[in-house]
Amino acid sequence: MIEIKDIYKTFGDNEVLKGISAIFKPGKNNLIIGGSGSGKTTLLKCIVGLHDPTKGDVIFDGENFTDMDFEQRVPIRTRIGMLFQNSALFDSMTVEENIMFPLNLFTKQTKAEKLDRANFCLERVNLTGKNKLYPAELSGGMKKRVGIARAISMQPKYLFVDEPNSGLDPKTSILIDELINELTEEYSITTVVVTHDMNSVMGIGDHILFLHQGKKWWEGSNKEIAHTDNQELNDFVFASKFMQAAKAKL
Amino acid sequence: MFHSLGKYILLLRLSFRRPEKFSVYWAEVMREMVSVGVGSLGIIAIISVFIGAVATIQTAFQLVSDFIPKTIVGGITRDSTILEFSPTISALVLAGRVGSSMASQIGTMRVTEQIDALEIMGVNAPGYLISPKIIAGVTMIPLLVIVSVILGLCGGYIACAASNDVSTADYVTGLTDGFNPVIVTVCAVKAIFFGFIITSICSYQGFYTDGGSLEVGQSATRGVVWSCIMILFVDLIISRLLL
Repeated sequence: MIEIKDIYKTFGDNEVLKGISAIFKPGKNNLIIGGSGSGKTTLLKCIVGLHDPTKGDVIFDGENFTDMDFEQRVPIRTRIGMLFQNSALFDSMTVEENIMFPLNLFTKQTKAEKLDRANFCLERVNLTGKNKLYPAELSGGMKKRVGIARAISMQPKYLFVDEPNSGLDPKTSILIDELINELTEEYSITTVVVTHDMNSVMGIGDHILFLHQGKKWWEGSNKEIAHTDNQELNDFVFASKFMQAAKAKL
Repeated sequence: MFHSLGKYILLLRLSFRRPEKFSVYWAEVMREMVSVGVGSLGIIAIISVFIGAVATIQTAFQLVSDFIPKTIVGGITRDSTILEFSPTISALVLAGRVGSSMASQIGTMRVTEQIDALEIMGVNAPGYLISPKIIAGVTMIPLLVIVSVILGLCGGYIACAASNDVSTADYVTGLTDGFNPVIVTVCAVKAIFFGFIITSICSYQGFYTDGGSLEVGQSATRGVVWSCIMILFVDLIISRLLL
């Protein structure tokens, strides 16, 4: 379980996050949604430690991550997997080397064991046999899947995903969402997804946090989101004519 | 200025923290050594031969006198090549070739979130990315300078053989006459410092790149410019202190 308590983040005079608190439970897809500039990615970066919050705490299973120094954070970080918006695969390494990289650094496994794990992760994301390709040789969707394979290589307890559907066609987006959902349920991972894709929200949003102007504006599930009377959330969710038509049919 | 200096020193301190796994870092050091050393051999060989040849021709041109022995041309070429031309000009060229490549490589990793990915995994990103480059720089750049000195002196020999200004026998005699070993020490000290300057400054510029591809290019340019300025400044300091 991940708990965030009263998170504030300021860049110069710009207060991006204004006291956000939430609990992200294991085995659930926790979605952070909101318009551009609402603070979604900043919040995600504060949770994983890429930004230090100006105020507030991030707690991983009872351990206060915010108070820890770099060395103390390492054991928690080895339990974190993250898929970046642009996949962030290491260009100089093959697919297999990318997946084996954290295993090389943080485990004492033999090369054969690491290779087995890499092959298992690739099979899990339906990329069997792509071991020797470089990131430049992969499509956007394949890069995302390799990013997921690398993220799960260390059998993480927490999975963070930043805009998993950006730059992907609708069919591939759904496949990536389904994959994230399956992994979350299968391994009981605490998954936190930052997105503004409504297909993801309706498809996998077990627990949704809606941010607006740096504040938590609404919290609930995908079943509740269509019936809310929160004006800002309605403006966000039903911005497109397609969603307005879908709402009318409900 | 002082803020940047502080950030640079802190980054260097982070770069030399204990590695997570020595074997992984060692493999990176070897890869960087090949990239810096073998990758720069061609350009260093070409510039060294030409600089040695030009230094010999110009020295011979300026010392046309019956009162000056021809062997002195070899001596002056040797001293100027070892003390200045090989370490300094090689370092300036390497700042362009190696330094810009390092700054843009690290800068690209920064803007494509690859450095964030390393940090999320619990890897000390400055240590993994920068320390192998600095180690490769302080070991391979002195070796490249040794190669440069040898080829520079060979270039002088070729220039003598190709012209009638100084005989090759006089040139070789000049190379060995009055040799003071301290110039080799000065050359080695300069090369080590220059290797450190190029790799650390360019890595620093790349590591703190903020923005997109335009900023990566700007970081590479800043890295090369600052490296060149610092090379010339440290060249002056070392020459003043050791000679």
